[in-house]
Amino acid sequence: MTLEPIRGLCALALAALAFPAGADEVQVAVAANFSAAAQKIAAQFEKDTGHVVKLSFGATGKFYAQIEAGAPFDVLLAADQATPGKLAAEGKAVPATLHTYAIGKLVLWSADPALVDGRGAVLRSGQWKHLSVADARLAPYGQAAKETLASLELTQAVQPRIVTAENIGQALQFVQSGNAELGFVALGQVQPPDGSKPAGSMWVVPANLYSPIRQDAVVIAGTKVAGAATQFVDYLASDKAREVLKACGYGW
Amino acid sequence: MNWGDDAQAVFLTLKLAFVVTVLLLAFGTPLAWWLAHTRSRWKAPLSALVALPLVLPPTVLGFYLLMLMGPQGVVGRATQALGIGLLPFSFAGLVVASMLYSLPFVVQPIQTAFEAIGARPLEAAATLRAGPWERFAHVALPLARRGVITAAVLGFAHTVGEFGVVLMIGGNIPGATRVISTQLYNHVEAIEYPAAHRLAAILLVFSFAVLLGVYRLRPQGALIAAPADGAPRA
Repeated sequence: MTLEPIRGLCALALAALAFPAGADEVQVAVAANFSAAAQKIAAQFEKDTGHVVKLSFGATGKFYAQIEAGAPFDVLLAADQATPGKLAAEGKAVPATLHTYAIGKLVLWSADPALVDGRGAVLRSGQWKHLSVADARLAPYGQAAKETLASLELTQAVQPRIVTAENIGQALQFVQSGNAELGFVALGQVQPPDGSKPAGSMWVVPANLYSPIRQDAVVIAGTKVAGAATQFVDYLASDKAREVLKACGYGW
Repeated sequence: MNWGDDAQAVFLTLKLAFVVTVLLLAFGTPLAWWLAHTRSRWKAPLSALVALPLVLPPTVLGFYLLMLMGPQGVVGRATQALGIGLLPFSFAGLVVASMLYSLPFVVQPIQTAFEAIGARPLEAAATLRAGPWERFAHVALPLARRGVITAAVLGFAHTVGEFGVVLMIGGNIPGATRVISTQLYNHVEAIEYPAAHRLAAILLVFSFAVLLGVYRLRPQGALIAAPADGAPRA
């Protein structure tokens, strides 16, 4: 008795499950701050092209280590410029596909609807005990928050009241749970995708107080679906994708 | 990132582990005694509760502690009413969280040791008119000393290695909540591998030395033995 027919059937069934005709599956590593927007854009991309997009969310630094170690990602949507640039320089990513897909906006946010004023003057007050900030070494939004405090000449004054989160998701969690009254987070995290008014109170930090948070995308070298991966990276600059970016609080 | 930051994290970790171990021995020993001797119907639920941190992912435990100890949480409201303030982002908060997290590593070895003594030595002491306290302090505790030492070492080592809970409720404040494990994690995340390797080596050597010591002390069997269920006590 031979297993060949069964094996053939299994292969056929698997192939049918995984890919509709002509469609490729693209594995995308997405910076945590961009997860809501990425889901919307990926759904739209799947509808328009028939390709399948699988998203993994996490910290950009962790993705770097995983891609170095051969993780099977086809695209990286980073939270910064440095990481994709570094991968490209090391030959782990395709330099020609490197570009800025979104520019993040920093906000000072509180769950309390009455705490944050429109000019961020609350930072100079004694109305709060803890200011939640992402680690400047690990998160671009943390770096932007650090620069903002420096621009406002508040670094020394608020230092004892800063609590450091390991990423921007945790920075939001500290504020949402009320353990920190204030926090620097991404507009994309608190802005509902339908464009309605965010909960709590916030101050959108003026762009001249920190260097732009450029988030770069790149196709990973050695991908087996280079065509679809490049198509996805290009799609991020389409009108449809930019509508999502705008609603989610990103520039480009 | 310089060596001074790492040294501060190492010192804070040792301080945390020491405080937690002392408090856990104080609270855990009576609890282990009770669990070893009770026939109450609360024994099973309480044992399960003590063992929960063995099963729950530490970040999950940390997340719920962040909620519970926050201004809207039950614990947070109580600590505020008592004038202590909120526990997250403080050394005291880490102590409370670490005690919960390391509880089974202290209670279970002591409980097992108490159960292994059996009833006979205690009955003999009772016939010699030893009171309950004397039976506990002068008979049971010395006989269970290996269990107590194992518990202390495991509780200490487990607190040193704690990561997920601290990450969730610590806020990474130098000198207050930044411990070895979170410092090591930050080095890795920031792609500062040489600094990470150095700290990891310290942690690895320390952990191995501790476990080696424990196994030298009790060469037979696993560290956390299940309580001898239905074993003869007389």
